[in-house]
Amino acid sequence: MGVGIEVRGLNAYYGKHLALKSVDMTVPANHVTAVIGPSGCGKSTFVRCLNRMHETIPDASAEGDVRVGDVSVYGDGTDPVEVRRRIGMVFQKPNPFPTMSIYDNVAAGLKLNGFRNRKQMDELVERSLKLSALWDEVKDTLHKKSGASLSGGQQQRLCIARSLAVEPDVLLMDEPASALDPISTSKIEELIFHLKQHYTVVIVTHNMQQAARVAELTGFFLMGSLIEYDKTEKIFTAPADKRTEDYITGRFG
Amino acid sequence: MHNPAQSGQGVSIWRRASNHSATLVIVPLLAIFVDLLIKGAGSFNLAFLTHTPKPPGEEGGGMANAIVGTGLILGVASLIGVPLGIGCGIYLAEYGRGRLGDLIRFTADVLNGIPSIVIGMSVYGLIVLRQKHFSAFSGGVALGIMMIPTIARATEEMLLMVPNMVREAALGLGIPKWRTSLSITLRTASGGVITGCMLAFARVAGETAPLLFTAFGNQFWSLKLNQPMAALSLQVYVYGLSPYDDWHKQAWTGALILITMIVGAVAAVRIVTSRGKMKGAS
Repeated sequence: MGVGIEVRGLNAYYGKHLALKSVDMTVPANHVTAVIGPSGCGKSTFVRCLNRMHETIPDASAEGDVRVGDVSVYGDGTDPVEVRRRIGMVFQKPNPFPTMSIYDNVAAGLKLNGFRNRKQMDELVERSLKLSALWDEVKDTLHKKSGASLSGGQQQRLCIARSLAVEPDVLLMDEPASALDPISTSKIEELIFHLKQHYTVVIVTHNMQQAARVAELTGFFLMGSLIEYDKTEKIFTAPADKRTEDYITGRFG
Repeated sequence: MHNPAQSGQGVSIWRRASNHSATLVIVPLLAIFVDLLIKGAGSFNLAFLTHTPKPPGEEGGGMANAIVGTGLILGVASLIGVPLGIGCGIYLAEYGRGRLGDLIRFTADVLNGIPSIVIGMSVYGLIVLRQKHFSAFSGGVALGIMMIPTIARATEEMLLMVPNMVREAALGLGIPKWRTSLSITLRTASGGVITGCMLAFARVAGETAPLLFTAFGNQFWSLKLNQPMAALSLQVYVYGLSPYDDWHKQAWTGALILITMIVGAVAAVRIVTSRGKMKGAS
C-alpha cells in the first residue's frame, strides 16, 4: 500500500545555487500527484530530493524535513540506499540495463539486494510485469531477449516493472512519457491510473494535458518555489495565483 | 545508414585511403605468421609438445616444459593483473575525481611506459634477491605488474562510456553504490573490459626481458612456482642465440607455438564470453 509524503522547508542546492526554495507539500497516500512547471523550475529536482537521488549528482545537496510514511528521509542515520528501496523512481528516458534479459532487468533490484528465493522471485517478476501491462508482450521471451531490444514504450514499462518489483511504497516518475509516442504515452497514463490502488504516485510532467488526465492533485513550480498546490481541477479551471494562470493559459513557459 | 564518405559519385578518395590503410595493417601480421609457418612448421611434431629439451647435439626433444611454464606464469600474471587492473579502473571511473584519481591515472600511464626489462629488474630486487633464488612466481608478478596499467586504463575508458542513466537506474532501485559499480556498470561495459584484459594478456604473453631475471628458464620439468621455470619466450631467446642449427629450427617452432597459444587464448575467451549474450543485447 502507498504511504503519504510530508515535505517541510525543503531546500536543494547545486553547489551554491539554490534550486529549491523552502518547499512545503503534502502528498496523500494512494493518489496521483502531478508536478508541473516550465523547464528549470525545479520540478525534477523536487522529486529527486524525495528519494535522495538529488545528492548523487556531484556538488548537489538538500536539506529540510521530508517524511515518507514513518521514515524521515533526511533524518540522522537514515540510509539513502534504504530510502531509495522504499521509493521507486522512473526516469525520463527509458534506461533498462542493456546487457540483461527482460527477466533479469525486473529482478535486478531483488537479486542485487540479496534476495535468493527463486520461486518468489518468479512470482514478483510476473506480478510486476502484469502491473506494468507488459506481461503479455514479453512472457515468451523473458530470458531470451535483452531489455534493450524492446521498443521505447515497452522499455519504459519494463523500467516501471523493475521499480515495482522491489515493492516500494511510493513511485516517483520524472517525465516518464516525454520520450515516447502518443500510443505508448496513453498506455503509460492508463498504467499510472491503475497503479494508484497500490502506490502513491508523484509524476513530473511538462505536458499539462497529461497532468489533467492522470492526476488528482497538481503542484505548480516556478523558479524553485511551489507557487500553487491544489486539486488538479481547481488548478486548471480556477487557479488562485496569477502566475499559475499565466502558465496554464500558455502565456509563458 | 547514410555515410558521407559514400555520397556523390563513386567512392571518395578518403574512403579508399582508409580501406587501403586497413588492408596494410593486416599485411605485417600475415607476413609474420606465414614466415613462422614456413620456418617453424618443419620441426613441429608431437614430441615437440610432449618432450623436454635434449642437450645440444642430440636429435629431437621438445618444449613441453616451456609450454606448460608459459601457461602457469601467465596464469599467475593474470591472477594479479586482472583483478588489480579492473579494481583500479573502477576506482578511476566511478570514484577517482579528485587529486588521488589524477595521481593514480598519471602513475598508470608512467608504469605503462616503463621498459619491461626495468620491471624485470625491479621484481628481481624485490622478490628474487630476497628469496635468493629465481622463481616462476616472480616471473608472474613481473608480467602481472605490466598488465595492471593497460587493464586499468581500458576499464576506466569503458566504464566512462556507460551512460550515467544506467547508474541512476540502479541507484534508484536502492542498490548500494559499490554493488552498482560491480554488478551493473562493470557488467554493462564487460565487452570492452574483456578486450582490454586480452590486449594486456597478449602483450605480456610474449615478453622475454622481465622473465630473464625472474622465472630464469629451466631445461627440465618443473611445476613448482617457487622454482625457476621454463617459458616459451625464454626458450626461443636461448635457442635463437645458440650456435646449433636444429636449436634454431626449434626456436622458430617455439615462436609459432607461442603465437598460436596467444591467438587460441584470446579466441577462447571471446567465444566463452559471447555465448551468454542474448538477442538485442549491446
